[in-house]
Amino acid sequence: MAGGNDSVKARFLNVLMKWEVILFLIFLIVIIVNSNLSPYFLDYFNILNTTFNFMEKAIIALPMIFVIICGDIDISVAGIIALSSLFMGMASASGTGTVGLLAIGLGAGLAAGFLNGLFITRFGIPAIAVTIGSMTLFRGISYAVLGDKAFTKYPKSFAFFGQGYLGNTVIPFELVLFAVLALVFGVVLHRTSFGRKVYSIGNNSTAARFSGVPVNRIRLIIFGLTGLMSGLASILLTSRIGSTRPNIANGWELEIITTVVLGGVAITGGKGNIFGVIIGIFLIGFIKFGMGLINVPGKVMNIVIGFLLIIAIMLPGYIKDLRERIVLAREKSL
Amino acid sequence: MPSLLKRREFNLFVLIILLLIAVSLRAPNFLDITNFNYILNDTAILMMVAIGQLMVLVTGGIDLSVASGVALTGMSVAMLNQYYPGIPIIVIMLIALGIGFLLGSFNGILVSLAKIPPIITTLGTMSIYRGFVFVLSKGKWVSAHEMSEAFRELPRGNLLGISNLLLIAVLSALVFAFFLHLTRTGREIYGVGGNRLASRYAGIDTKKINYLVFALSGCLVGLAGLLWVARYASAQNETAFGFELQTVAACVIGGVSIMGGSGTILGVLLGALFLGIVNNALTVINLSPFYQMGIQGFVILFAIIANTLVDKRNRLLMLRKRKL
Repeated sequence: MAGGNDSVKARFLNVLMKWEVILFLIFLIVIIVNSNLSPYFLDYFNILNTTFNFMEKAIIALPMIFVIICGDIDISVAGIIALSSLFMGMASASGTGTVGLLAIGLGAGLAAGFLNGLFITRFGIPAIAVTIGSMTLFRGISYAVLGDKAFTKYPKSFAFFGQGYLGNTVIPFELVLFAVLALVFGVVLHRTSFGRKVYSIGNNSTAARFSGVPVNRIRLIIFGLTGLMSGLASILLTSRIGSTRPNIANGWELEIITTVVLGGVAITGGKGNIFGVIIGIFLIGFIKFGMGLINVPGKVMNIVIGFLLIIAIMLPGYIKDLRERIVLAREKSL
Repeated sequence: MPSLLKRREFNLFVLIILLLIAVSLRAPNFLDITNFNYILNDTAILMMVAIGQLMVLVTGGIDLSVASGVALTGMSVAMLNQYYPGIPIIVIMLIALGIGFLLGSFNGILVSLAKIPPIITTLGTMSIYRGFVFVLSKGKWVSAHEMSEAFRELPRGNLLGISNLLLIAVLSALVFAFFLHLTRTGREIYGVGGNRLASRYAGIDTKKINYLVFALSGCLVGLAGLLWVARYASAQNETAFGFELQTVAACVIGGVSIMGGSGTILGVLLGALFLGIVNNALTVINLSPFYQMGIQGFVILFAIIANTLVDKRNRLLMLRKRKL
């Protein structure tokens, strides 16, 4: 009987140890604390509207999960936003309509992503080295063309993508778009052979190659996809703020990587899932929203996020240690 | 193996010479001593921080917090100088070293004891240190008129025409070149980066090494922070924003392997110098400073690809030699 009790306890600890569960508990704590600190937090209109502030990052976090599970990293995503936004601004200035702008935004992102992928897979250069270079190049092109100027003329109908709501509801279009994309990326990652191959590359790329996984082609596709999603994020962001400056989305790359890692994706590759990252996205978003409501400056929020990242990564290891110690103590007492 | 490494730096050296010739064809005064001195002074801080980055990269890690560390140390010593202008500059230098050492140690402890991957640790501390700059300064700047004369003159003062800034950079390079290449602990750093498991079996305290590289990198960051705010005579919240990736770029251009295990001080110095020359050349040939970033990105990509291709060719040549 005692054994049965033990295994229940062990199972309970196992569930508790699951990263998504820990994250979700933190998430609940954040909501409770925030709603106590400010009466404006638990207002569904406010909550829906605050998602505008982090949906673009969330949309890039989705393909970034694939990149990091593969054992790679992409530092250039914010640079791609700048480049993509630049091309849309140039096109808009010469009279391109909304549909054309969408095509240009997505196309520029895709091209930039593929360029990264080609350098990484053809020359066999580590992704971090290539994307540090291309990040500088992409944003640099934007600086070279724009200097201290900005593009601010966009068609009226273009504003919908970053500012619009679904029909007559108060649900932001960006949020709906993210939900659909999260579903697609989740299914691909967890329910298709492509997704399984991504994990196999991250766990052991040599073994994956010898098992017939086209490692470099998959990495190329993933970097292309990351570029495409950065292009999409660029459309949303450009549409939301209605202007293109070279410093657009400055520093986002590290925020996005932080979110993905906080979501439980191992930076060494091979481990992680989409649920954790989705919780991570909303966790960071709501922490920032709550602190914003009580007038905490952005820089101080970053301190909290930084500590959260470090503690979040340390926690599972400590829980594991604790569990092993409990098991050891029990064995000794027997 | 040493000859191969040497070849890499030699390539970069040739590239730098070619660059110098190309630019001086457009602007003859580019090569005169004053301008070259200016370039060296402009890259001195990058060189120092890149040496710290080199040590971390060699162990297979990365330090993304260096720029925030520069800003935090810079702000701390600038405010210290603002409120207590009487403190002698040598004491301030020691304090800057100490603050840098503490910041680096915090990274090092998280990496070696809490076993958090370096990229995550420093991603976190990057935000934390940058945040503390704001907390400390409450968003205000320390400008030139709030700094003491001695403070501002620290990097400018000179010995036989060579500025203190450059002297400190050269001295750090010499000390760390000696440390990395000629001491036992220095060699152990390469061992850990080359093969962590093997070095542990060989009796190297890998935890100590992991901590040490971050702490030493922190010391250089601290010194660089002081020199930065003194040189530009202003300490801001955005000081050195984005500088972390420049230090990585200087290392990568200098042939440091991002996977760990290889890289030399000479390579890093040349890599930093290369970036400095490119930046300076733009001003000299009258290109808009807004072109700087784009050209830098192009140069970084070009250098990385060239390095990789040369390496591949060398490996092929070595294989062919073995066949004979």
